[in-house]
Amino acid sequence: MIAAFAIGVAFGFALERAGLGSARKLIGQFYLTDFTVFKVMFTAIVTAMLGAFWLSRLGLVDLSSVYVPRTWLLPQLAGGLIFGVGFVIAGLCPGTSCVAAATGRGDGLAVVAGLFAGVLVPPFGRFAESTARGAWTLPELLRVPYGVVVLGVVLMALAGFAAAGRIERRA
Amino acid sequence: MKPYADPYVAGVALGLVLLASFVLAGRGLGASGAFTRVTDMITTANPRQPADNWLLYEVAGVVLGGFASALLAGRVRREVERGPRLSRTSRLAFAFGGGAAMGMGAVLARGCTSGLALTGGALLSVGSWIFMLAAFASAYALAPLLRRAWR
Repeated sequence: MIAAFAIGVAFGFALERAGLGSARKLIGQFYLTDFTVFKVMFTAIVTAMLGAFWLSRLGLVDLSSVYVPRTWLLPQLAGGLIFGVGFVIAGLCPGTSCVAAATGRGDGLAVVAGLFAGVLVPPFGRFAESTARGAWTLPELLRVPYGVVVLGVVLMALAGFAAAGRIERRA
Repeated sequence: MKPYADPYVAGVALGLVLLASFVLAGRGLGASGAFTRVTDMITTANPRQPADNWLLYEVAGVVLGGFASALLAGRVRREVERGPRLSRTSRLAFAFGGGAAMGMGAVLARGCTSGLALTGGALLSVGSWIFMLAAFASAYALAPLLRRAWR
């Protein structure tokens, strides 16, 4: 409980430092003028992925004890599409809306209110339970060693960072 | 108002927070799940997930951490951030509607940008990557139609 709160404080602090408590800054991602969202997200994903990979490889952490988000193929495809529509209309996502609201932004508070309304809508019956695949990972899907996917994600992220820099300089 | 941190520095910091959460709590970060948890607590008739208040404490931390960071940098400001052509009321309606759509999408997908994209992205979950790609695809597809709202 204290750990959850402390982790949350650090999470909120990092989001705000990056400027992700501001819808005006965040929305630049979708008009290709400000790649902060992409840079922060993928640097974080790569950092945590490499950390987890090496800690597990060195035997310091048992990665199998970490909860891997479960897969429901079609619900997550459809949910992602609906979420993205809301994301670009709201200009904030659930986590960043909490930061925006906490720092005085009225639009952040409105997103928080909208989220409460949205999660009250029941999901579409049986469809929500369809195509369940449990804890399924990319190395299992692609049938390649874990380290190969880790390397692939790192290379993709580096290519993305280089492209982001080029597009930002042009904008 | 101080300038924001370098996105790569902030990203490494965020990644270390996520890693710390893996090691200390055996799970990643989250946000939308806290909203689901609160509404489940109020409408207890049909709980969608087993009672788990971890995300409530975590999101309470997010609120405090975000506020503390903004306070230290002089960025706490009462404002409605919006595009230059959008009225204050319209912006608030957009924010509410967008939030509601995200809430519906997150319930269906079982997570959001934090619990699925960040956490599952780093743990190489197939569903998380599908969610992330789908969310950015539809956001980019809709962005040109919303240009007048933001630019």
